[in-house]
Order: sequence, then C-alpha cells, then structure tokens
Amino acid sequence: MATSTKEIVINTEPFVVNIGPAHPSTHGVFRMRTTLDGEVIVDMEPVFGYLHRGLEKLAEERTYTQVIPLTDRLDYLASMSNNLAYCLAVEKLAGIAVPERAEYIRVIMAELQRVASHLIAVGAFLNDCGAFMTPILYMLRERERILDLFDMVCGQRLTYNYMRVGGVSQDVPDEFIPALKKFLKEMPGWIDEYERLLKENEILLARSKGVGILSRGLAINIGASGPVLRASGVPWDIRRADPYSVYDRFEFDIPVGLAGDCYDRYRVRVEEMRQSLRILRQAIKGLPRGQVRSEVPHLIRPPIGEAYGHLEGPRGELGFYLVSDGSIAPYRFHVRAPTFINLTALADMMRGWKIADAILIFGSIDICMGEVDR
Amino acid sequence: MAMQMLPPDWPGNFWAHWAIFAVAILVFVLLMVMVFIWFERRALAVMQARLGPNRAGPFGLFQSAADALKLLIKEDIVPAKGDKLVHWLAPVVAFVPVVLIFAVVPFWGGAILADLNIGILYIVAISSVTAVGIFMAGWSSNNKYSTLGAMRQVASVVSYEIPVVLSVVGVVLLAGSLSMQQIVAAQDIPFILLQPLGFLLFFCGALAEINRAPFDLTEADSEIVAGFFTEYSGMKFGLLFLAEYGEALAISAIVTTLFLGGWRGPLLPPFLWFLLKVGLVFFVIVWIRATVPRLRIDQLMALAWKFLFPLALLNLLITAAEILFWPAVSLWVFVPINFAVMIILVLLWSKFFKLGWGKVEV
Repeated sequence: MATSTKEIVINTEPFVVNIGPAHPSTHGVFRMRTTLDGEVIVDMEPVFGYLHRGLEKLAEERTYTQVIPLTDRLDYLASMSNNLAYCLAVEKLAGIAVPERAEYIRVIMAELQRVASHLIAVGAFLNDCGAFMTPILYMLRERERILDLFDMVCGQRLTYNYMRVGGVSQDVPDEFIPALKKFLKEMPGWIDEYERLLKENEILLARSKGVGILSRGLAINIGASGPVLRASGVPWDIRRADPYSVYDRFEFDIPVGLAGDCYDRYRVRVEEMRQSLRILRQAIKGLPRGQVRSEVPHLIRPPIGEAYGHLEGPRGELGFYLVSDGSIAPYRFHVRAPTFINLTALADMMRGWKIADAILIFGSIDICMGEVDR
Repeated sequence: MAMQMLPPDWPGNFWAHWAIFAVAILVFVLLMVMVFIWFERRALAVMQARLGPNRAGPFGLFQSAADALKLLIKEDIVPAKGDKLVHWLAPVVAFVPVVLIFAVVPFWGGAILADLNIGILYIVAISSVTAVGIFMAGWSSNNKYSTLGAMRQVASVVSYEIPVVLSVVGVVLLAGSLSMQQIVAAQDIPFILLQPLGFLLFFCGALAEINRAPFDLTEADSEIVAGFFTEYSGMKFGLLFLAEYGEALAISAIVTTLFLGGWRGPLLPPFLWFLLKVGLVFFVIVWIRATVPRLRIDQLMALAWKFLFPLALLNLLITAAEILFWPAVSLWVFVPINFAVMIILVLLWSKFFKLGWGKVEV
C-alpha cells in the first residue's frame, strides 16, 4: 500500500431507539429499548411495568369469589379463559365439583374466547405487517359477533365475570344456542375469506417466512407455551396434555408449525380457530341439561394447602397458583402469565433483524399488556 | 432553461394565460387533493367494512375542509433541539414541486400552462425535489423515527428513479417527443396497450416514489410511528400531507397522460375524461393500499434493482427494436406481442427471483 491516499474512515455508531411505551405497534404500554445499527437491531431490552396494578396483592385482600372480576382485568382479550383458569384453581383447592352442563358451557365459552382472541392476534399481526387496517377490521367484524354472544349470556362485552367457583353464573338464554349455531355455520367461510386475502400473498411470505425464528430447543427452555411453542414444532397443548374440564371428550387436532417463524405462528393461530370451531360443534351436540352451578357457600374457606390450576389459554398456558391458610381470602395468589414468559425469547428472536421485522416478531408473539404487567 | 412556449392562443395574451393557469392549477390541486383525501377515506371504508367520514356535509364531503380548518388553528410545535429554519422550510420544499409538476400536465388539448418540449424530463427532474423536502423534514425534527423515515425515503427515491425514467423512455420512443402535449397527441392507441410492461414498471416505481402502499416505508405507521412527519403539527403537517396527496394526484395525472391517452376519449368532454382517468388511477392506488402488506427496506431495494431495473432495460430494448425494425407496421400488431412479452418476462423473472424469504444479502 504505497499510495498516499488518505484512508477514509466513516465513524458509525449504533444508536438507541425507544420503541414504546406509546407506539402504535406495541399493543399496550410495552417498551423496547432497541440499539440500532442503521436499521439492524443490535440489541433489544424489553422494559415493562407501565401497567402494573398490583393485581396479585389486590387478590390476596379479597374473598375467593371477589377475585374473579380481577382476573377479567388480566388478559382483557381473553377474560373468559382467565375466569375459567382461576375457577379451576379454586375448585382444585377446595375440592368443589362442577355440574356437567356447566362444564360444557365453560368449554363453549373458552373456545369462543379463543377464536375471538386469535382474531385480534392475527389481525394485529397483519396490521403490523403493514396491511393497512383491512385484515384487522374484517376480523373485528367477526369478533363483534362473538362479543354479541357473550353479551347474550352475561351482559358484558369485555370483562365477563361469567364463571363462578363451581359452575357459571347463570344458564345460557334460549336464543344463545341458535345464535351460536348460526355463527358456527358462517365462521368457516369468514376464515376462508381471510385466507384468500393474504395467505399466499408474496409480500406477506417475504416479510414473515423465516423471520424471527424461535428454535424448538429455546422455546422449550424458556418455557414458552401456546401458539408460540406449537409454531416451533412442539405439539404441547394443555387441553391434551393435562385435560381439564371435559376436554377429553372432544376430538380436535393440535396444529403445529415447522420452522418456528412468524409465518408459522400466524398459520397456527388460523388453524387453531378452525379446531376451536370443531370443538364448539361437538360441545353443542353434547350439551346436557341440568344445573349450571353446584352448591357453593358464599364465603369459600378452602382447607389449608395449595393448588395450581392451569388451562390452555389463547396465548398459552395460563395458570393460577393459590395458597390457602384456611381463611376466606387466598394467602398467596400468583399468575403464570403466558405472554410474559413467551416474551423472554423476544431479544433472541429480534437480534440481527431489521426494525420492521422486530415489529413483526413482536406482533407474532401476541401479547396482552394487562397480563404481562399484573 | 429557455422556456419555449406554445403560441398563447388560449385564453388570451401571454400574461393572462400565465396568470389564469397559475391560479387554475393551484385551485385544481388544492381542490382535487381535498376530494381525493375524502375519496380515499370513503373508498377504504367501503373496502374495510366500515363507514368512513359521513358527518360533515353530504356523505362527509366537507370532512377535508373541516380537517384543514382544524390544522390551521392548531398550535405549531417545533422540537426544542430541532433545526428551526429547516423544519420550517421542509413543507414548502416538499409541496412546491408538486404544484410545479402541473405546469406541464395537459388538462385538455391546449389547456396547459407551458408546453415544454422537454415536458416529461422536467417532471422527472422536479418531482425528485420533493424527496429533498421530506429528507429535510426528517432531519430537522431531531427525532429518531423521523431520521429513519427520511433515510428510507432517500434510499427508495434514488433507486426507483431509474426504472421510472427507463420506462418513460419507452413511451417517449413511441411518441417521438418529450412534450406532454405531443405524447397525448401520439396516443391513437393508449400507450398502456403498447407498453403494458412499461406501465407496470412505471406504476410500481411511482408508488415507491410517492410512498404509497406497499412501499410506504417512509411513514410506516406500524414501525416508525409517522416517519418524517412525526414531529410536525398544525398547518406544517397539513402542508406535508397536502404534498403527499398532491404527489399521488400528480402521479395519477402523469400516468393518465403517458399511458391512458390523457384527455382523449369519445363522447364526453375532454376535461371530464381527464378527471375520470385520474380518478381511476387514484382508485387503483387506494385499492392497493387497502390490500397488501408493506415491504421491508432491503426487499424494497431488491425489488428495484433486481426486478424493475432489468425489466425496464429489456422493455426499452424491445420497444426500440420494434420501432427501429418495423417502422411501417401498424402499431396494433404490437399490442398482443407486447402483452405476451410482458407476461413471459414477468413470469420468467419471478421464477428467477423471489422477494427472498428471511434475510436478504445486500
């Protein structure tokens, strides 16, 4: 190198961008403190706690029944599942039996809730992709019909407070089953419509295939669950692995992804919606007559001990851990929030991808901040 | 640049012609932008199973006026550490070129401010200036999202100018002139039939240049909040917004002029034809926005350089060969040939080249 040309050195340094807590795509008040090199993400540090309400402590000040409305406020897109998971835990703790009809109604509600939640998840994911509002508005249209069904049974559209320890608060009205049947008849067509819209779209494939891969090993190691885990190729579903309620009576498949990328997570959710419809059809067929609530005292005093009730929520394994000291309120109340644990892998999935991918990866995990920050 | 003028036979003497057209163009642009904003919101609403603006006036027609009024009386905020002068200047730099484009757009035969003999070249030159305004906006805001948006804008404009210009050359070859007036006059067959591939390339490139979906990375709302105008408020934001829709209007007008035969058409008066075609092109832009997701920045670049650029070169080669070797043949013969060529080339290219799943090597 004998030439005298001066070597040109361009100094570039990574810079920090805060994505969130108030950002259109963080689905709540999540903050990603990203370090960028140009557009590429060098590092990402999740910051949360903006929505902390001290829910677990609040629950310890309330009677077992009074806690149910609190669980509504956890994952507000899947309140029915939250209700159910908590009731399962209390029933386990206190040894309370649930009437047959109530079990079926619970399954119907939980599966409807799964469809509603996945509609939001898929719609928001496609919105993050940049498909300007169209998919999510289509999906909100159908979610609205599920909310109407919920409205019919409990008069609420977001925080249902429908499940009770030992059953459900009231029987479904007469018009509910025909309305549900109508919904079940039309919903597969709607799902097909979403699929026609974007499933094979070249841009969507280019954006999400192979992006944000969560390897099978890492998914298991971090304790991921729900569609995030299944998209990585692990057929783990609590409904199958540890059947609660009456899930052992229904036939359904567990959709599993291969690559563990964003596209698989999207596909798994869409397929799960179809499977939920399948369960719903069987549940309507088998719905028995009878009581919807067993005789439970107003103030439940479970024996001293502990119990862990869990179920397959729309976002993963939702668990409630309760410790009883024999009084009317739980001594310790802990929530295993699926999205909080799924988020653990976020930084690993994001590193090396571009900022646009980061949004997509984040969207594909499908979090609900009410649950991440309790 | 020597301004060569048509004899000012309409509507009067030289200065009256200029004055009237300058006002007419301003009114046209502002009015059409307002109508287009309303139109886009209504059309999107229909496609997305919702209502859209429907309160202000019949069918919400005055929504844009209400919005503009609101923007006018809003507080104008400049970021504390922003560059005040550049921040102030950016919307102007972005908006003025958009209006300037219309100087050479023929609304109907003879109704044109200046029939430059280099009309289309002038448009290509002027329309890139908007990108400078957008970069100024992003840079002066002292906001990281804005900076990212501005960088993306520059990158996409630099890449997409090339296929756009190359596909324009095909049209120029056919018309034998750079003057917009002459190009329309040459379109006994609309050039979209003779230059289907050129039209496709031009349309893609133009969408990228004006930041419309699926190339709207500059203001990707789900990624970088609002891109370069994150820090803008009040009428400065309004002006940037106006520039954006003005660009869409300009592109619709240019596509109409270059490919759809401009004002020409049977029965209806020429200006109505012009408006109809512009509206149609804009509708397609809106339609695309409602349908497809957004590309990533590296895929955007890949699309320009690996897909549009080679195809534009091939298109140019084929067009030139047709004109050179078969000058006497009726142009209608080339319509099916060129359509076949387009289909074959696009299919072949998409076999060779996928947008690339996952990471793309640069």
